[in-house]
Amino acid sequence: MSAMWRRLQVKVGPARGLLTSTQVTRRSTWLNGHLSLCQSFSTGTSLRNDFFKDLETHMEAMRKKAMDALPGSSWTPLEINPNLPPERADIVIVGGGVVGWSIAYWLKQKEMVRGGVRVLVVEKDPTYSQASTVLSAGGIRQQFSLPENIHLSLASADFIRNINEHLGVLNEDPIDLQFNHLGYLFLASEAVAHIMEENYSTQRYAGAKVSLLSPTQLKEKFPWVNTEGVVLASYGLENEGWFDPWTLLNAFKRKAISMGAIQCCGEVTEFKYTTSVITTTDGEKLDLRRIKSVKVQMPHSLEYQPVECAIVVNAAGAFSGKLTEMLGIGFGPKQSIAGIPLPVEPRKRYVYVVRCPDGPGLDTPFLIDYSGVYVRREGLGGNYITGASPEEAAEPDASNLEVDHSFFEENVWPHLAFRVPAFEKLKVTSAWAGFYDYNTFDQNAIIGTHPLINNMYFATGFSGHGLQHSPAVGRAVAELILDGNYKTLDLSGFSFNRILTQEPKLERNIV
Amino acid sequence: MSAPLTYLHRCCQRSVLLVVARRQWSTNSASPPPLHRRLLLFLTQRFYDVEMLLRWRYQAQRSQLQKKNVYYSYTQRFYGPDIASAYYILSLKGGFRYVGQSEWFRTNQRGKFSWDFLNHKNTPIEEADMSYTIINYTGLENLERQRSLRTLKLKGCPEVDDWFLARLHLFQDSLEELDISHCPRITTGGLAALRNLKGLKHLNVSSLPGISNPGLVIILLEEMLPQCQITANGYDHNLRKVEEEEEEQMQRQRSLCEETKAHNPV
Repeated sequence: MSAMWRRLQVKVGPARGLLTSTQVTRRSTWLNGHLSLCQSFSTGTSLRNDFFKDLETHMEAMRKKAMDALPGSSWTPLEINPNLPPERADIVIVGGGVVGWSIAYWLKQKEMVRGGVRVLVVEKDPTYSQASTVLSAGGIRQQFSLPENIHLSLASADFIRNINEHLGVLNEDPIDLQFNHLGYLFLASEAVAHIMEENYSTQRYAGAKVSLLSPTQLKEKFPWVNTEGVVLASYGLENEGWFDPWTLLNAFKRKAISMGAIQCCGEVTEFKYTTSVITTTDGEKLDLRRIKSVKVQMPHSLEYQPVECAIVVNAAGAFSGKLTEMLGIGFGPKQSIAGIPLPVEPRKRYVYVVRCPDGPGLDTPFLIDYSGVYVRREGLGGNYITGASPEEAAEPDASNLEVDHSFFEENVWPHLAFRVPAFEKLKVTSAWAGFYDYNTFDQNAIIGTHPLINNMYFATGFSGHGLQHSPAVGRAVAELILDGNYKTLDLSGFSFNRILTQEPKLERNIV
Repeated sequence: MSAPLTYLHRCCQRSVLLVVARRQWSTNSASPPPLHRRLLLFLTQRFYDVEMLLRWRYQAQRSQLQKKNVYYSYTQRFYGPDIASAYYILSLKGGFRYVGQSEWFRTNQRGKFSWDFLNHKNTPIEEADMSYTIINYTGLENLERQRSLRTLKLKGCPEVDDWFLARLHLFQDSLEELDISHCPRITTGGLAALRNLKGLKHLNVSSLPGISNPGLVIILLEEMLPQCQITANGYDHNLRKVEEEEEEQMQRQRSLCEETKAHNPV
């Protein structure tokens, strides 16, 4: 009854306003073709009008609250952070780069039943601003000196060739990695020519399609190269090139998540482990650790979630050393096994984008000079990506990703201009820096368990080849975890034992 | 029984409505997929069974493709590599010509071919016409030993992609003519791999839907292969067409702005 009266009053209000208004205001009310409330000098009616306007929104909000309270909606009175990882997971992969997601995909691919293993991938930076994956030059090559590395690259190239069968999701677009099929061209001087010849025979034996070129053949094939000082060159004919690492990462991620892997944005800050003391045959006491749970800290907050897990995989790339320190590895007495830290540290590498309109054309291979300078074509507009590895003594500071442009002028440009005279006139358009997860011991991957930690698997230390080996390494680690041993490729040469026995497995062709 | 049918009917209507709405607001030129495909997509997103059936169908298609392109090791062991390559080409419904012979061996529409090619033992193949066949990277292994192959026609092959082109380096000394027009899976990265074919004299790269900026890519190809004559038809290099499209887009945007202004006057 009172509501009706109020409504009536509201109708009377504007009518009264119309009648008492002057000529001017009446014209202004009909200006836009429809009625609008003209100025009224009493506040009573406007308040009541606002209330009726708000009434609709109030009713809507109440209706929504009622719907939420009914079962079937996702509202709870306890405000739980939906981004927390689950409380229990079978395998926790620390590191959401291409190696981490490749391992997650292969674990899901190899599980026998749907939901057989619960895989959680923890990545601390969802923008990937410092991750080595997305900052890499994206090349893949078979020209290594170790047969294991060659086989890893061949297997990864096979995977990438059939990527739509492996990582294709039904009804989605096919994956386009923008793979440029141009080989790597390594140039050797007098001093290293014999190493190149040995590597060539290893590579051919392992099945890589590489060809050796003399300086005259090199000049014939690539007339824009200055062959002074070059004694031998090795050119990859097939399965080599460069591609987009971001697409590969997203393809792995999408497929792994579609198969049931769980992703979490957070940082691993602590491990809870049990220690048992064992005595070796020499009478030495060793602390065997077994990880019980992983503490995942949410970004920019004090909230954390302890995740109980059976196995932890360390795929943290450049930050793997810091992760292992949390377990006390490296802080034992110097002569014992516990005293040897994980020899992986971040090393900063610069990549410069240069523009040279007169540069070599569509067929520019990934040229790598014996001085360590590399260059490859980027796109079709005369842009090139170049860089170099600094000397051991002159390693740049790895605490940030700032680019040093004087490095280009002192270390890169002179060698580049000497080797390719067309690059004497160029302009640096942009540059970035990325980390290598550099294995300071022998620049090769470390894959497998640590002797003192029962359930932590390493997949790190790739020193610049993580991206090109990621599919094959993912499969190898999944075989280690689920089958107990390597099944397709035997990577036991990359286990942690070589670091304990101090026998380096050197890779001679590191760029 | 009628309940699921009415549900389906309503879903059809809803999906049609969605399509109509999308057509109004979409600015890209790709037309929306046909009704049955949209229906299938809708069902796949709702039911695991439909998804599984579609995946089985896809896998069956792939395994059929692999079976056709398998390595004919048995034939090679008993008849030699040349006969094996010839048999492979014929079973994929292609055609070929031996070195020194002038007649072509082909299959007819129904897939039948004459076995006369068995009479020529140990003669390598000089020209191969695999247009519109399902040859792919693994199938090329059957032609690996043909180092005197001069002509290879791969017009309209749906499975020829960049990796296939990279593998053509096997014929780098002998190949003189290559036709890869109308292959949908070739992109610019694969065309760059043709630099290994130093003896190439004729190259046909017409109507490749996979390459963006076809004009620029053709120019770069011509620079890369100076002795080669490149045929590249079927591309629209017309600048005026691009300008017209841009104008059309701006017109559409302007009309949309006017519509929104009419509905919400300030």
